[in-house]
Amino acid sequence: MAETTARPKNFLGVPVAKPKVAFIELSSCEGCQLQIVNNEATLLDFLSLVQVVNFREAMTEKSDDYDIAFVEGSVTRKDEAEKLRTVRNNARVLVALGSCACFGGVNQLKNRFDLDWVKREVYGNSFIDTDKAQPLEDFVHVDLRIYGCPIKKEEVEKIVTNLVIGREVHHPRYPVCMECKANENICLYDLGEPCLGPITRAGCDSWCPNNRAGCWGCRGPADDANMVQMRKIMTEQGFSDETLIDRLECFGGFKACVDNIRKGQLK
Amino acid sequence: MKLTCNVDVHHLTRVEGHGNIKIRIQDGKLEEARWEVVETPRFFEAFLVGKKWDNAPWICGRICGICSIGHTLASIRAVENAFGIVPTEQTRKLRLLLKHMETLQSHILHLYFLAAPDFANVGSVFPLIESAPDVVARAAKIKLLANDVCDCIGGRRMHPTRTVVGGFTMLPAKSELVGHKDRLREVMDDLIKTADLFRSFAIPDFLRETEFVSLKGNGDYPFIGGDLISTDGVRKGEQQYREMTNEYLVEQSTSKWSKLSRKSFAVGALARLNNNFEFLHEWAREISLSFGLRPVNHNPYMNNIAQLVESVHVVAESIAMIDELLDSKFSEPRQHVVAKAGVGVGAVEVPRGILYHSYEFDETGHIIKCDCVIPTSQNHANIQHDLQELAAQYAKEGRKDRDIELLAQMLVRAYDPCISCSVH
Repeated sequence: MAETTARPKNFLGVPVAKPKVAFIELSSCEGCQLQIVNNEATLLDFLSLVQVVNFREAMTEKSDDYDIAFVEGSVTRKDEAEKLRTVRNNARVLVALGSCACFGGVNQLKNRFDLDWVKREVYGNSFIDTDKAQPLEDFVHVDLRIYGCPIKKEEVEKIVTNLVIGREVHHPRYPVCMECKANENICLYDLGEPCLGPITRAGCDSWCPNNRAGCWGCRGPADDANMVQMRKIMTEQGFSDETLIDRLECFGGFKACVDNIRKGQLK
Repeated sequence: MKLTCNVDVHHLTRVEGHGNIKIRIQDGKLEEARWEVVETPRFFEAFLVGKKWDNAPWICGRICGICSIGHTLASIRAVENAFGIVPTEQTRKLRLLLKHMETLQSHILHLYFLAAPDFANVGSVFPLIESAPDVVARAAKIKLLANDVCDCIGGRRMHPTRTVVGGFTMLPAKSELVGHKDRLREVMDDLIKTADLFRSFAIPDFLRETEFVSLKGNGDYPFIGGDLISTDGVRKGEQQYREMTNEYLVEQSTSKWSKLSRKSFAVGALARLNNNFEFLHEWAREISLSFGLRPVNHNPYMNNIAQLVESVHVVAESIAMIDELLDSKFSEPRQHVVAKAGVGVGAVEVPRGILYHSYEFDETGHIIKCDCVIPTSQNHANIQHDLQELAAQYAKEGRKDRDIELLAQMLVRAYDPCISCSVH
């Protein structure tokens, strides 16, 4: 970060360089970038930490000289793979922003069909260029992942602050269920709702269960997630494998598990 | 000397998604003006097939990060219409209040962060943080309130959690609504100041007659469901949305285009206002008239002002609605849902115009066919024809090429396009 010319900010009396950051989007709803702007209360503080040099959704000026690239979206076309490789070359740190970038997101739901059928269903016989929807890591090295659909602004701020001041970034290893218990919510299963809280990586502060909506696993699996037990809970609570798979496959984070269930290998 | 210029804007900034503007003028004559959409499609309409009904609102909300609430509500309405579910008065009010706050959030984001920098001659809102801190603080204050109310009712400002087929998973605390009502009253002053700010801007004077399509008000300024109407006198039922949108494919765009009575039509705040001016709250109507904005207005740049007018309308109406909610006794948040075979359409006025979701279900409630028609895809053809007319006029007038480039960009931005949404 030595090249940055921005004025330093103090952290505990120690000057901190302002890294140049870029926000880049591939196939996505651009919601994760918007979440950054949605931090009205702390946006100005956040902007004082970094120097934004590339943010097409919000600014006209753009530069390819940046330290940290936040990339939102999944790769669904060859030009996006190329763009991603260029960003990788430009950036010192590449951050995958949100479920689409980390796992393919909802976009990867199309991968369960034959691609020709997918194209025909929407564009008829007209030509349209598209490939499978894939996460960033299928093409380039990813330094850091920020999970969630959408990303949670408080978590982003914490991660970015750590990144900027050079602290290591750790994700919780435990599942959403722990946060949900700590928040003293009524268990979604007691309300008759399916929930992937027991296997999904925490860090969102059990965002959906706090609102009485079961978890759909947008943050992917927690360390040592017990898939067999998860399926047993769902079955015991009267939910079908279809309901389990709907949730597991929604954001792409549990792909291996879904494949195993479909192949009959998860017992 | 006759003007010769080339405008080539690759990936227009301060809009959602990826579009290009190309203009070529040779010796004062327009040779080409093109609005190209190069966004990658995501195929929601294909990957929804085979999924059960409860997946639809959860997944379809993710078509758009800016208007995820609108998409979720259109999706829910389509499912409820297919299953014959009529929302309770309480659910109807809470959904509309949630919708209003998304409209406010989105309009303010567009007016201050995306559109205003052009009028202030800067590339983004960021330099204004230092040069005009009170203006940025005002924008942030209004947006924060809108988002806070969305959190309170929808559970989350983006990709809402509480909104489900049949109603809500849980209801807001009345004490929170009281607090929000006070903040809404305060924000009305900020909107008056916003009007003063936009009165100080020179809105480009450009006219091209077109057709405007929106929901038709029925005693109220319309947002969720109802008949469809156009300024050329077309009127259809919600179910007949395909006859109103007539989607077709063009080579210059990965988004579909639409047409109705003419070669193109427009949707959005200006279209809603042009069709439903009489139903605006009186404060909003007053603001509108103070800008000389009355139906039918054919200046696309006035869409900015129409968004401002609607911001006033939704705040005024939200204050009244919170009063009604506070006076009522809250009942069960959610109705029981029984799936059945059939087709359902949901039309919702989202910030950028009228949005349609349509699903066909089999008897077990699985999706056989899915169709979403996005406001911006309905606007693309109109943007194209505006751009052509604008470039031709300015070429004839011999304007500077830098002016043409800026005015062309401002034209597209005035539509507040949601391009990735239009290529869903």
